[in-house]
Amino acid sequence: MAFVVGENQLNEIENTLQKDIIDLGVKCVVLIDMAGNILATRDDGARKHDIYSLAALAAGNFGAVSAMAKIIGEDEFSLLFHKGKSENIHFSKVMDEFLLVTIFSNEVSLGFLRLKVSEAVARISEILSSPVDG
Amino acid sequence: MAFINPKTREVQIKIVYYGPGRGGKTTNLEYIYKKFNERIKTEMVSLKTHGDRTLFFDFLPFDVGRIMGYDIRVQLYTVPGQVKYDSTRKLVLRGVDGIVFVADCMAIVRKKNMLSLKNLYENLSGYNRSIFKIPLVMQYNKIDLADEGIPLLSPQTLDRDLNAQLKAPSFVASAIKGYNVIKTMKKIIMLTMPTIQGQLR
Ligand SMILES: Nc1nc2c(ncn2[C@@H]2O[C@H](COP(=O)(O)OP(=O)(O)OP(=O)(O)O)[C@@H](O)[C@H]2O)c(=O)[nH]1
Ligand SMILES: [Mg+2]
Repeated sequence: MAFVVGENQLNEIENTLQKDIIDLGVKCVVLIDMAGNILATRDDGARKHDIYSLAALAAGNFGAVSAMAKIIGEDEFSLLFHKGKSENIHFSKVMDEFLLVTIFSNEVSLGFLRLKVSEAVARISEILSSPVDG
Repeated sequence: MAFINPKTREVQIKIVYYGPGRGGKTTNLEYIYKKFNERIKTEMVSLKTHGDRTLFFDFLPFDVGRIMGYDIRVQLYTVPGQVKYDSTRKLVLRGVDGIVFVADCMAIVRKKNMLSLKNLYENLSGYNRSIFKIPLVMQYNKIDLADEGIPLLSPQTLDRDLNAQLKAPSFVASAIKGYNVIKTMKKIIMLTMPTIQGQLR
């Protein structure tokens, strides 16, 4: 069994990633599933990351963090974020099965990014919940 | 679960190498990585301890060509075999499409092979999946140790121990020498494709 997302849905998701995330000055954004598959990605064209490895690690990392949350009696942690000297990475769950991974520099504020990511997540959830097109 | 992208015309498939600690799972991936160096454009990702034991997983993405106009991208993973890493082992199994069970031929680890297979069964059940319904290949590894006079389990014994009910295709192998490593990988990909092909158009 495989799962398929319709072409129109993928187009809409990519539009959302571009307009709501990349156009803010974000470097790279990847929508993955919890198995580590990549559904959609957009970047600013400046630098290419190895997004396949990134997806595998992000899915594993998210799974590990969720398992830790359960051990200490939390449903999940609300902020998943790693801060670097110039690059940062932010994770946001989309429904139960997907994860939005955002890579951004210090020029973008975390607060603003979180707001925009949560809008994008709501939009993507809507798109993924609508019936598959032809 | 594999992902079909009709837009980029790409299919992503997840294959997991499972089995007891020190059985040779990582060595399988390392051989594949070396052998297909030119075709694999990225580094192999290995999350391991100082003693070279897998801590979380190894990851190797691999383009295997085109089927029905789709690029097939296989993502090979290993789990950590050590008993204590069960929670991370379970995470790696999420969404798996095909499994290679790497058993260790050494007679002294006979029990460990069986326990690891039982653990695979249980961890799949945790995702409501049945080991009988997922493409599976058995690999009986370290066959080269026969030359060194180390007592090994025969393929017949291993079949009886591990494969009596599953009846999965099985290969003796030597991951360290590369013997039957590619054959094992080709077989699991071949077994995994039909379930996905039906959904391509
Ligand atoms: N003689 C021999 N040794 C092997 C073979 N395959 C693996 N080994 C050795 O066995 C040891 C363990 O191999 P790994 O590939 O790290 O085993 P693993 O299954 O990944 O182990 P974990 O990560 O702990 O689960 C290493 O020292 C390998 O060199 C083989 O075919 N023959
Ligand atoms: Mg290993």
